[in-house]
Amino acid sequence: MLYDQIAQNKRKTVYVLIGFVLLMVAIGAAVGYVFFNSAISGLLMAMVIAVVYMGLMISQSTSVVMSMNHATEVKSVEDAPELWHVVEDMAIVGQVPMPKVFIIEDASPNAFATGNNPEHAAVAATTGLLNRLNREELEGVMAHEISHVRNYDIRLSTIALALSAAISLLVNIGMNSFWWGGGRRRSNDDREGGGSLEIILMILSVLLVILGPIAATIAQLALSRNREYLADASAVELTRNPQGLIHALEKISNSEPMERADPSSAALYISNPLKKKTSGLFQTHPPMEDRIARLEAM
Amino acid sequence: MTMIVIGVIVVLLIIMYVSGYNGLVKAKIRTEESWSQIDVQLKRRNDLIPNLVSTVKGYATHEKETFAKVVELRNQLTQVPTDSHEETMEVSNQLSQSLKSIFALSESYPDLKANTEFTKLMEELSNTENKISYSRQLFNSTAASLNAKIQSFPSNIVAGIHHFTKVDYLAVPETEKAVPNVSFD
Repeated sequence: MLYDQIAQNKRKTVYVLIGFVLLMVAIGAAVGYVFFNSAISGLLMAMVIAVVYMGLMISQSTSVVMSMNHATEVKSVEDAPELWHVVEDMAIVGQVPMPKVFIIEDASPNAFATGNNPEHAAVAATTGLLNRLNREELEGVMAHEISHVRNYDIRLSTIALALSAAISLLVNIGMNSFWWGGGRRRSNDDREGGGSLEIILMILSVLLVILGPIAATIAQLALSRNREYLADASAVELTRNPQGLIHALEKISNSEPMERADPSSAALYISNPLKKKTSGLFQTHPPMEDRIARLEAM
Repeated sequence: MTMIVIGVIVVLLIIMYVSGYNGLVKAKIRTEESWSQIDVQLKRRNDLIPNLVSTVKGYATHEKETFAKVVELRNQLTQVPTDSHEETMEVSNQLSQSLKSIFALSESYPDLKANTEFTKLMEELSNTENKISYSRQLFNSTAASLNAKIQSFPSNIVAGIHHFTKVDYLAVPETEKAVPNVSFD
């Protein structure tokens, strides 16, 4: 089942990439059309941004995501022996290389994993997680993160994150230049003919500019939501101890939100770090009660 | 025409044979690797024990028997040949048990609990204990996949020809089944 899952994730990564690139190009053209009066220039801009972002993410995902979340690397075992040892244990039993280990200074307990593949992966835990959880609970959480690494969830979610960030950057560039008058539209007098077609195109473009980033976010979140149940289940397969993860999830869900979590990385964390009340499509994670109920049924 | 068909069948059979053999070898190597993981941890623990005993001795002078037992088991473990998995694990499990009683000493000797050297050794030792049990789990799952290959068709034929034998699982000690892992609240 695990191998099916890995193959499926690799395939999905390709679909997600294609989907996002198409969306990106469409939004680029729309932004160009609305704000710079030229679909082609927007399209080119979108392609450049997409290529730069993806290149950056594929080569540097770990350091980019970690610095977005103010995480510092734990270089040696003496700096955080318990965390280091637990990650090492989970890497042994999960049969993946030892990932890099990071710590985030934040009192709220939380953790995430990122990277491009198991050979270039990293896990991060907040100081709150280390202070509040006992070893069994920490093992549960780290087993969940190592499962994300092992299932190639990290590649899929990191790339999705990069592209939805790229889309919002693109829209922001358009908006800024519009408000600051950099690329104001020429008056309609300069144009000839095509009145109603132009209006329809204009409306479509504006809609795309407004809805595009939302669609990207929904796609990103749907991807991450489905991965959480699987990672919980594989975590128990590694530790053989569902209670540890259940207690950890309870402690995590009964705590205050994180102070400096990066909102676009929210979906990477084991539990939504922002704790905003959202529902349905905009949830980054399945409801905690459901996750705990499924673990208790094991 | 028949020559071609026979040729194709022969080639297919050879491919199946070779891939079956390679799969078995790979699975066999995996179990050996995971056993050596356990071995590394056992050696590491053996290296830590003299330190532990010399640290604890000064504080808990009345516990000579406990130390003697740990040292004896440790020495016994170094005598066991590494390829006899069962015996090794049996001695190792006994050693784990008596180490737990040394850890428990810290409750009756507050000075010992405050000793930084001791707390460091505690973390080191509980780390190796955890790693031993996780490596054992890994060993059992690699053994399971090797055994499955040895028993299932068509690799069982290849296994029979090349004398691949099933690997025994490592038993989980009864005490560990009953009580969940030590927690450090």
